Amino acid sequence: MKKLVVFLFATFLAFQSAGCADKEQNSDTVKVTYWEKWSGFEADAMQAVIDLFNSRKFRNKDGKMIRVEMSTVSEIDRRLLTAVAGGNPPDVAGVWTWIVTTYAEKGALLPIDDHLREAAITEDRYIPVFWEICRYKGKMWGLPSTPASVALHWNKRLFREAGLDPNTPPLSIQEFDEMAEKLTLIKLPGQDKAISFYELKTRTNYKNLLGQGMIIQMGFLPSEPGWWPWSWGYWFGGKLWDGKEKVTADGPGNVKAYEWIRSYSEKYGVENIKRFSSSFGAFASPQNAFLSSKVAMVREGVWMYNFIDKYATGMDWAAAPFPSDGGKLKDVTYAEADILVIPRGARHPGEAFKFISFVNTQEAMELLCEGQRKFTPLKNVSEDFYARHKNPYIRVFRALAESPNAFITPKMVIWQEYLRELNFAYEMTRDLKAEPKKILSDVNKTMQKRLERELEMSKRSGEKR
Amino acid sequence: MTKEEKREFIKGILFTSPWLIGFSIFVIYPVVASFCYSFCYYSVIQPPRFIGLLNYKDLLTDPIFWKSLWNTFYFVIFMIPLGFVASLSLAMLLNTKVRGMAFYRMIFFVPSLVPMVAGSILWMWIFNGEYGLLNNFLIKMGIPNPPNWLMDVNFAKPAIIIMSLWGLGQTIVIYLAGLQDVPVALIEAADLDGANWFDKLWNITIPMISPVIYFNVIMAIIGGFQIFSQAYIMTGGGPQRSTTFYALYLYQTAFEDLRMGYASAMAWILFVVILILTMLVQRISKESVYYHGG
Repeated sequence: MKKLVVFLFATFLAFQSAGCADKEQNSDTVKVTYWEKWSGFEADAMQAVIDLFNSRKFRNKDGKMIRVEMSTVSEIDRRLLTAVAGGNPPDVAGVWTWIVTTYAEKGALLPIDDHLREAAITEDRYIPVFWEICRYKGKMWGLPSTPASVALHWNKRLFREAGLDPNTPPLSIQEFDEMAEKLTLIKLPGQDKAISFYELKTRTNYKNLLGQGMIIQMGFLPSEPGWWPWSWGYWFGGKLWDGKEKVTADGPGNVKAYEWIRSYSEKYGVENIKRFSSSFGAFASPQNAFLSSKVAMVREGVWMYNFIDKYATGMDWAAAPFPSDGGKLKDVTYAEADILVIPRGARHPGEAFKFISFVNTQEAMELLCEGQRKFTPLKNVSEDFYARHKNPYIRVFRALAESPNAFITPKMVIWQEYLRELNFAYEMTRDLKAEPKKILSDVNKTMQKRLERELEMSKRSGEKR
Repeated sequence: MTKEEKREFIKGILFTSPWLIGFSIFVIYPVVASFCYSFCYYSVIQPPRFIGLLNYKDLLTDPIFWKSLWNTFYFVIFMIPLGFVASLSLAMLLNTKVRGMAFYRMIFFVPSLVPMVAGSILWMWIFNGEYGLLNNFLIKMGIPNPPNWLMDVNFAKPAIIIMSLWGLGQTIVIYLAGLQDVPVALIEAADLDGANWFDKLWNITIPMISPVIYFNVIMAIIGGFQIFSQAYIMTGGGPQRSTTFYALYLYQTAFEDLRMGYASAMAWILFVVILILTMLVQRISKESVYYHGG
């Protein structure tokens, strides 16, 4: 009996392995697995590109057909990490920008320079900032899929109601702040009609009145939507590090930006703002601060159109470059992109690159970016693309990305920690807990120490590798 | 060991081997590995590199480490007595003979069945400063400016403590089981002696359920030091790190910063802290826990 069980089990295993080997060897198709972080219409747009790729029946060097299969994966950074560590990653992953630096540094990605050379894909095909996002330590670690930039979005109806020209955006932070005051409405106790903060501050006891009243609309809130509080310094000429070994969180531009953030809390009151902010709903909902017309101006990405279209149909809005301090810097923007990378341990890197390079053809990229309603990172764009595009301000976002003042997420290995420190500094500033100079100096000290330790460790690990 | 005993021993090992293998792979190996990694620079993707006590040394000068430790102690210090009073009181109420008691018991137990993520989102609405249920209630009670719970440094931790009290259902059930085991004869004897409610509670009920209290306190200490989900979902550790609990910071260090060695060192410090506290409670329990026939 025992012998029979052992024999059956061994036979089963033999058939299994023979079956697998047979499948691998005889199949005419190479399956490229692709992990996508988006779901919904964004994933649908990528699926359309994959369908197009599969329909073209591309073949690899051995003459086998390449077929891409997409899976939507949430929390891709953590899952990809586990998959790479476990030696079972996908062939291609669509990741966030910051992952490129961290994962490349830790050896979790394959550089694609040789593939790029072979396919004759060069830097001059791209808007510089998006090529730069994919480069780290002199090597290329991926290519962009869909790009993004951020701009000022404003509610034209609220502008009209405040007596402002709805077609003229502010050109400097100072002008912007004055507009924000006119757009901020306070309801005083016992009064039916709300008055603007601009008008309220002309009264002698306005601070008392503000304390008794209730904010019902704000022109602007630096914390709305609160995604990049670390980045305000760039609109004031600041930078977060020198690109090498020095953290520059307490540079003059950053201090000025944090003083500007502080001015909003001083002006409107910490508690008043918090109470008002509590009434906002989730970002992707009609209760969003901007979509529900509670906040008149926001700094948002190219994707905002999609949410306006879905949750605030008919909203009269516009987009333009977010103004800089004194209007000195033109077209400052934060540029982002989704990046296609090949993880270390991918089974079919050559085929994976074939797919990545296909996505980066003008035809596929325009299909993808039109579906996701973004602009393309490629220099060549067809007029049809703009003609078909639903976002009426798509050219504004594209022009911003092309600006020399477009900046990207700092390519630091310790970025996640730095980000948390800066968010903490932001909260301390917003809540008037300490002076910006002091807060940022503390951040600088902490992060400089961390950066030095990480550089030392990564140097030692590099030597070992 | 006789031949028969040996055979029995081997049989026993064989029967328990699935558990033994699982325990070794999923518990013993990770525990030993994390101890080794705590002396390494390790990012998961690259092989670990031995750095001696550097992680432990860095932890001593890490302000977030101390802040998270303080936040966790704060939570445990308030949560344990509050949890004890609340769960024992409710268990005593649920131990009375009232019509529809099964329904009341169910009501108090149901919240502990709600998944933590769903519960946390529900409580985010309850704590909302502008239209939250709690603040509406407080305003109706005559408190004109109730706190903006999750956005206020002074109220974010208390808010999470309040929320945690909501999930005491299982502790209540354990107390209830203990209360039902208190000998009725002792209560009746005390009644005959003219003891009042407090005398009976202090001199009979609490000593008789002291093993249950001891068990629940140990579990509360362990659970309290591992608080994570509520802060991760509701506050992300803010405002101003007031809800950055130890486990949350450990998670951020390990899975966001990829500093697995540093996180392993944190985990071992947490283990030592819990071990010391458990031993302390055990020492106290030797004098104050009464075991029937023990």
